Amino acid sequence: MEKILEVKNLRVSFDTYSGEVQAVRGVEFDLNKGETLAIVGESGSGKSVTTKALMRLLPEPHGYIKDGQILFEGDDLAKKTPKQMQKIRGKDMSMIFQDPMTSLNPTMKVGAQIMEGLIKHQKMGKTQAKKRAIELLELVQIPNPHERINQYPHQFSGGMRQRVVIAIALACNPKVLIADEPTTALDVTIQAEILDLMKDIQKKTDTSIIFITHDLGVVANIADRVAVMYAGKIVEVGTVDDVFYNPKHPYTWGLLGSMPTLDSEEEELFAIPGTPPDLLHPPKGDAFAPRNKFALEIDFHEQPPMYPVPGSETHFAATWLLHEYAPEVEIPASVKRRMKDISKSSDSGEGEKQ
Amino acid sequence: MSEEKLLEIKDLKQYFKTGRHSVVKAVDGINFDIYKGETFGLVGESGCGKSTTGRTIIRLYNATDGEVLFKGENVQDRKSQTDLKKFNRQMQMIFQDPYSSLNPRMTVMDIIAEGIDVHGLAENENDRKDKVYELLETVGLEKQHATRYPHEFSGGQRQRLGIARALAVEPEFIIADEPISALDVSIQAQVVNLLKKLQKEKNLTYLFIAHDLSMVKYISDRIGVMYFGKMVELADSDELYKNPIHPYTKSLLSAIPLPDPDYERERIRHRYDPSQHDTSEEPEFREVRPRHWVLCTTKEFEAYKKELDNK
Repeated sequence: MEKILEVKNLRVSFDTYSGEVQAVRGVEFDLNKGETLAIVGESGSGKSVTTKALMRLLPEPHGYIKDGQILFEGDDLAKKTPKQMQKIRGKDMSMIFQDPMTSLNPTMKVGAQIMEGLIKHQKMGKTQAKKRAIELLELVQIPNPHERINQYPHQFSGGMRQRVVIAIALACNPKVLIADEPTTALDVTIQAEILDLMKDIQKKTDTSIIFITHDLGVVANIADRVAVMYAGKIVEVGTVDDVFYNPKHPYTWGLLGSMPTLDSEEEELFAIPGTPPDLLHPPKGDAFAPRNKFALEIDFHEQPPMYPVPGSETHFAATWLLHEYAPEVEIPASVKRRMKDISKSSDSGEGEKQ
Repeated sequence: MSEEKLLEIKDLKQYFKTGRHSVVKAVDGINFDIYKGETFGLVGESGCGKSTTGRTIIRLYNATDGEVLFKGENVQDRKSQTDLKKFNRQMQMIFQDPYSSLNPRMTVMDIIAEGIDVHGLAENENDRKDKVYELLETVGLEKQHATRYPHEFSGGQRQRLGIARALAVEPEFIIADEPISALDVSIQAQVVNLLKKLQKEKNLTYLFIAHDLSMVKYISDRIGVMYFGKMVELADSDELYKNPIHPYTKSLLSAIPLPDPDYERERIRHRYDPSQHDTSEEPEFREVRPRHWVLCTTKEFEAYKKELDNK
């Protein structure tokens, strides 16, 4: 598979009055052409900051890329000047933000906002850009595009606005589309429509998508691969089947376990105790160790490396439990039952070995 | 769960005037009962009137029409200060946004003790302190937190403060309006477990308002589905998920993404088209099966019944 984006040892920090907050601490991943990679994690895990860094949208100078490379078709974006970035942003890479209410300009007609990028990047004339804008509105399934193009954002509903935002992002046929919680502000039925739309468009345009979300249901729906982030690091990455049917990191267990399944009869949800660490003073060992009841002694001293999961080429997890000397642990019953629940229909997951 | 009705809502209407001639019918004639000790889940999309229903029940709004009977007494009638006070003590609310629902200029001690002060539940200063400490421990926080301000807490902790505040006056009935929507997944489970534990210990009754259907299913005994100010379906939560009858409920259920890739690949989504309904008469709320109610016309009622029998 062709890699379009390679992120290597990305570190992002913010300077604050109380010191340096290490929001992203050595993130590595690849994005293949035409695939959807979902990044999941709780608020503060660094998922949004990672994508902002990719787009070079950090509030510089207090938010900055401390180290690492962002190779876009072999070209390092971390070293580009703001001027050079302007040529890439919106053209090769574009972004959909969470809140469709605030990411559109309320004083500009919707059509003009879509045409902006076309005129700037594609050097189109006004009439040509307008024609393309109408095509784009058709692509995102907005009825009556000829009339809608002359309306203002407040005349659109939330779901329709998000479609407009998607149309803007797609205007210049970007190679990479970054969607930062694009459906979080929407109702479930509208969310389902937007997800279908994005999958549909991806089929037509072969765009690679990075999809940020905290909703594991959405991940299962849209993603080819998943990266689970915790405290500024990727703790587990693999195909959706790897991660959902054969999770290896205790944090992933916790995330999956804390969501009730629709046919579950559990008395109590498997909750992860405590709260995420303060990245102003990142812990010495594994950041998840204090909340992890499976933590080993070494977790408190040393950060685990990314281990390949035996039997899979796509699945990696950063936990000492995968070390050859690690003791066997019993996955919490509530999680295990869920895994079984979930995986009974699948033939791919080999299940838990114990 | 007992069969004693704690709350009866009869033909409740809440209209808002939005202009000289336009009226928004946020809640348009809904009926349901809540039994003592149960959790009643209210779901629907934004703008369907579920929050308005909660707010009208606790009398943050005065109902346009209809009755809310709490232990047989009409909530909306109450006039005198003493009566209101007595009523407020029995019914409390937990709000969605733990950031805006706590006064940033008050210490945790004062926030939690506000209800205790209003109702004169503490004998003296020490008793007041003890009560607050106990409440903090009940919701999984610590004594030392009492002197702090809300901004010193995380979202999940603040929601715990909101719960402690609601518990302070020892209510019987708590309205939780999207209490976990603003929280992270792992923290949501903590708060839901806490609410469940408290319900068992204190025999509380909940009205749980949310749009996250899997969580509602998990916590609720019965669920009501709202659509545009009307209750379209009401049933025990298992029944509702296994045998949804109203087309809107079906479409809502088919839209929830589940953390299961195989299921997601094969998911069939039902779209809701309001024009598919029989319009020959005004739809009414009817019982298609014991304890399973649907908003339908006579014709639809027969069709739905058949559909259920064939399952």
